[in-house]
Amino acid sequence: MSDFTEFFSFTDANVRFVAIGSVLLASSSAVVGCFTLLRKRALVGDAVAHAVLPGVCLAFMLSGTKNPLVLLLGAFITGWLSLIVIDFITSRSRIKEDTAIGLVLSVFFGIGILLLTSIQHSGNAAQSGLDKFLFGNAAALIGEDLIVFSVVALLLLVCTVVFYKELMLLCFDEAYARTIGYPVRALELLLTTLTVFAVVVGIQAVGVVLMAAMLITPAAAARFWTENLRLMLVLAALMGAFSGLAGAYVSYTAPSMPTGPWIVLIISMIAISSFAFAPGKGWVSRIWKQRRNKARVLEENLLKLMYQLGEPNQDYYSSRNVTDIMERRQIPKSEISKGLRKLKREGYVVKDKNAWVLTRQGQTRGMRVVRLHRLWELYLTQFLELASDHVHEDAETIEHIITPELEQKLMQELQYPVLDPHNNKIP
Amino acid sequence: MILQVENPVVEVHDLTVSYDRKPVLWGVDLTLPAGSLVGVIGPNGAGKSTLIKAIMGLLPASSGYIRIFDQPLKEVRKRISYVPQRESVDWDFPASVFDVVLMGRYGKLGFFNRPRRADKDAAMEALEKVGMQAFTDRQISQLSGGQQQRVFLARALAQNADIYFMDEPFAGVDIATETAIIELLRHMRDEGKTVVVVHHDLQSATAYFNWVILLNMRLVASGPTDQVLTQEMLEKTYGGKLTVLSKVGDLLRKQEFPSREA
Repeated sequence: MSDFTEFFSFTDANVRFVAIGSVLLASSSAVVGCFTLLRKRALVGDAVAHAVLPGVCLAFMLSGTKNPLVLLLGAFITGWLSLIVIDFITSRSRIKEDTAIGLVLSVFFGIGILLLTSIQHSGNAAQSGLDKFLFGNAAALIGEDLIVFSVVALLLLVCTVVFYKELMLLCFDEAYARTIGYPVRALELLLTTLTVFAVVVGIQAVGVVLMAAMLITPAAAARFWTENLRLMLVLAALMGAFSGLAGAYVSYTAPSMPTGPWIVLIISMIAISSFAFAPGKGWVSRIWKQRRNKARVLEENLLKLMYQLGEPNQDYYSSRNVTDIMERRQIPKSEISKGLRKLKREGYVVKDKNAWVLTRQGQTRGMRVVRLHRLWELYLTQFLELASDHVHEDAETIEHIITPELEQKLMQELQYPVLDPHNNKIP
Repeated sequence: MILQVENPVVEVHDLTVSYDRKPVLWGVDLTLPAGSLVGVIGPNGAGKSTLIKAIMGLLPASSGYIRIFDQPLKEVRKRISYVPQRESVDWDFPASVFDVVLMGRYGKLGFFNRPRRADKDAAMEALEKVGMQAFTDRQISQLSGGQQQRVFLARALAQNADIYFMDEPFAGVDIATETAIIELLRHMRDEGKTVVVVHHDLQSATAYFNWVILLNMRLVASGPTDQVLTQEMLEKTYGGKLTVLSKVGDLLRKQEFPSREA
């Protein structure tokens, strides 16, 4: 616990730097990832991430230093090279893009691991720490590294703001962008460059293996919460920042622990809860809606049945018990009691000893359901020319969803009818 | 029956377009008069969309050239507007109706600049013209097919162009939308704009257009509607595929042959 306060009080300058660095890296890649996701090129980010490893190793072998600028340059070159190779394979052969990405990713990563292993066995003392590029180490974000990476991350954020309108159009409708004279190829190049840079700066904190998650997961999670691109960018950045900060904390308290997997786990938890709890789109809200629909169908059916029980003698306000209702329709007894209790709470029925009585509002609502049912049956027989013995099942569902406006329209089209196809009166 | 006009707004000269080396349009030569509502008509796979995509510079020409207002396309981009097929984009994109219509102003704005007040007014005006002003803030993922088409149309209108190329604006829209769109197009023509529409319904073609281009892998006819939409021309357009032509096309692709020497 003391670690926690120590870290989040940010009194230690090192902690401050690491925290700022992780937040910047994670949020910049999340923002760039939004555009990659909308452009449907999510997998490309993964290929680039794996392809930067040989670049980092080669840069180290050639220069012999771990100067961040040199390593960055190496990473950038092989990252770019991988994209060119993917493009080349897809345009010059019958291999489709997904296959090309798979090929390039594994070949580049394989070479990277090969180089890394040979560096580690070369006995060069300066190499220690290079393996951190595999799974990331946020705690190493200090000094010169921090400055270089943070500046690049800031530049990425600025670029997406400056080119917001152009990137949006590119992702939404590339052909149209071309017809209004946008340099689409240059814009594509820009987005690709941003992606490569996002990967290159991100690997310090997350590592090449899991970097793709930092590009795509925040964007996918943010997409669940909003239909507004600006808001989506902000949300993705915040989610990325949070996971970056959490990763930095883990890295601080457990220095031997790689940061990448932690950051990815945290952002994935955010994503999974987004899928679950986001309003409207999440599955919790969908299940909730279905349950509400089911409850409403039960209630309306009960009111309808009680109304129909009163129909023969025009006597709607007599006591009915559960067996009366069950005689008209097979609904499990427990369901009926549950529904009636709910209706009582809502004031549509009152309890009279062991039986139930409709209130005036209950009678009105029951009547409306019966009316809609019979209107719909009539509509189906008249306009769709269905046989009158085929329309009941359909009307059983439709009676619950017709809105007052639609009801009005139905009445008009059917010219205010009196009888349904079974010669029952339409109330 | 290919009628060439004096002072054309659009001139297509010996245009051949290929997909993957296979020519899908052969040697099209045509000119269009200003202020006309033009229908591009032909069977499936005749190259209707290909023709307007090539004119818009979205597909490279294997041979020939295109001039608009007697200038190359690059010089007059701001005076031309394009309405792509509705299905060509993913409508599940985080944007509102207004965002999309505002894109029509991007060409005039240039890089870095944000849309100004006047651009927003223009977008709003375009939305009113297509009767979508009530949907300004609606998410595009919630639109019906007809509404999507109107939004695309509004985006093109916001460009304030002189020539409009529309790829199947009547595909999969309701009658109300179709009537509203054709009214609007007629109005634009009466204002002196040229509107070129890819269309696949022969029935309505006579009523809609005053100039018709008949295509089937090559240009069959181009001229005023009453002279072009004749029994003879239609038989030439729809009467079976030119099997030799498409076989030769297949051959070009398989042998990796260029469609023009050197």
